[in-house]
Amino acid sequence: MDLFEYQGKQYFARFDIPVSPGDVAYTVDEAVAAAEAAGYPVVVKAQVQVGGRGKAGGIKLADTADEVRFHAGNILGMDIKGHLVKRVWVEHASDIEKEYYASYSLDRAAKKHLLMLSAQGGVEIEAVAESDPDAIVMLHIDPVDGISLEVARDAAVRAKIDAEAVDGVADMLVKLYRCFTEGDCDLAEINPLILRPDGGVHALDAKVSLDNNASFRHPEWEEFRATEELDEREQLARTHDLQYIGLDGTVGIIANGAGLAMSTLDVVNQVGGRAANFLDIGGGANADVMAAALGVINFDENVKSIFINIFGGITRGEEVAKGIVEALSRVELRAPIVIRLDGTNAEQGREILAAAGIPESKLISKPTMLEAARAAVAIANGSN
Amino acid sequence: MAIFVNADTKVIVQGLTGGQGKYHGLRNQAYGTQIVGGVTPGKGGTDVEGIPVFNTVAEAVAATGADASFIAVPPKAAGAAILEAAAAGIRFVVCITEGIPAQDEAKVYNTLVRDYPDTRLLGPNCPGIISPGKCNIGITAGEIAELPTASGPNVGIVSRSGTLTYQALYELKQRGIGVSTCVGIGGDPVPGTNFIDCLREFQADPETHAIIMIGEIGGSAEEEAAEFIKANVTKPMSAYIAGVTAPEGKKMGHAGAITSGGKGTAKGKMEALAAAGVKVGQNPTEAGDLMAEIVAALKG
Repeated sequence: MDLFEYQGKQYFARFDIPVSPGDVAYTVDEAVAAAEAAGYPVVVKAQVQVGGRGKAGGIKLADTADEVRFHAGNILGMDIKGHLVKRVWVEHASDIEKEYYASYSLDRAAKKHLLMLSAQGGVEIEAVAESDPDAIVMLHIDPVDGISLEVARDAAVRAKIDAEAVDGVADMLVKLYRCFTEGDCDLAEINPLILRPDGGVHALDAKVSLDNNASFRHPEWEEFRATEELDEREQLARTHDLQYIGLDGTVGIIANGAGLAMSTLDVVNQVGGRAANFLDIGGGANADVMAAALGVINFDENVKSIFINIFGGITRGEEVAKGIVEALSRVELRAPIVIRLDGTNAEQGREILAAAGIPESKLISKPTMLEAARAAVAIANGSN
Repeated sequence: MAIFVNADTKVIVQGLTGGQGKYHGLRNQAYGTQIVGGVTPGKGGTDVEGIPVFNTVAEAVAATGADASFIAVPPKAAGAAILEAAAAGIRFVVCITEGIPAQDEAKVYNTLVRDYPDTRLLGPNCPGIISPGKCNIGITAGEIAELPTASGPNVGIVSRSGTLTYQALYELKQRGIGVSTCVGIGGDPVPGTNFIDCLREFQADPETHAIIMIGEIGGSAEEEAAEFIKANVTKPMSAYIAGVTAPEGKKMGHAGAITSGGKGTAKGKMEALAAAGVKVGQNPTEAGDLMAEIVAALKG
């Protein structure tokens, strides 16, 4: 789960990482109140999870309440690369002496944590990596040991952080590591991490991505979940605990297992169609799960055919078939189903489907993944 | 022969008294796997359909001589369960648990590397391992795995995805091609056993004559495997990578299946494997067809 900047800063603050005083605002009046509290001059920043906010006019400096009113009025409701701005973050404008970069992530190849630190902040780190790779210090950290203040200080010196900022940055790196590990982040990034003329350092931006697998020990994440940008289909899927990702094609997909679901998308694409979604119903595909899955697919107006791709391992073919028959009796579908049922007890399953007397206009059974994909795509493309 | 597990492997199930542990543990036993005990704290002295239950892994190992463990406990308890097994001297740990926080996985993995280098972890979030006819640990339906033949050629399977592992087994069964061992390494960001670990074993295993590898988007494990194959694997291989059409920046069901900044894509992985001499299929069936051609050539 990706956090908005303001949520990232609030998350940082829990771990004593210094951020600019500020507040989130949903309306122009709230923005003015936040500005008064933070102290002028302030920066009004659009809260969207996409890069290039500044260039799009989503970040503005304001010296007075009138200016806040003007800018917040413009920014709220703005469309930035397809993202609607629903809220702004208003914070006291900082004097900036220098801009640095710091982040922690998991290096999957090394199976260790990775600190990236650079004295060249405020720009995209990928650009720095391209133009001047030596300007980035990459340090692997053993998750069992963690990072000490000495190691953090050494990294800061090696990254050519200005001498007066080294202690502050090292302290920040230790705190950010705590946020990354105890806070269960996939990514914790500060860009820019600034040095002020008064010698202090603090986080001017926050990019935080949380590990959903750790949500059981973070009840405080509930407020972040409430603001997640999901489309209506994804919201509906979430209420049924389904692993669903909305896409923009016309073939609705239901498969058991993440790998098979991904593979189903690929095969549909290979034979000239486009998937409307990714949906993994997992191992135990009973009637309730199948009915919920079909309900979510059916909610999508773009869906012209539904491809159910089941490989019975633990899941038994006859149970899946029963589930579909029962689901069809509960949900009136907007599009026909093409099903490929294979693996354990698939033959019994196909017999159950045949015996249910469902007309071919509603359900077509195909023996292989490829044939089923072709049939589903033919229907989807034909009715366009 | 087979890799990692065989007919002599003695297995305990951590979480045998829970729903998943009991269901799959008994299925594994019915397949012929030596399930010698179970571990559930507080339930020592009881049994599950005749299988003795112990309070700790150490007690179970002392009483049964187990050398492998099947872990089917919830995400909160899984990390500690893995380390308990390692500390008790278990050499092969299969953890099927899905949903373990990445921070816990990273810590457990690095603790194993440092303190218990002789213990191999398979998973988490994996379907397990089956050496057909000898040993099945995990959730794979044993009946879809074709038995290896004495004369061969037999195929080894290594896969990041559960259902695609079954799909691969099924593709081979339909063609009557025997399987030496099928390993599901799991879809999480920090797997205990990776492609290279399995490829090295398959290359050394005299009963394995060819290898199917099934990868998916995210990370760079397939690219690293390609480098390893180029330098070390002489046995013929086919492969399939899931997620060609996956949108960037979304976790596709598995915690580790995510591309970002143009990295970890299916295309890049397919190209790396093809460059290493692996025959790459566009879908699982095609990978099966390619393997059938390989096997026919080996027989020829």
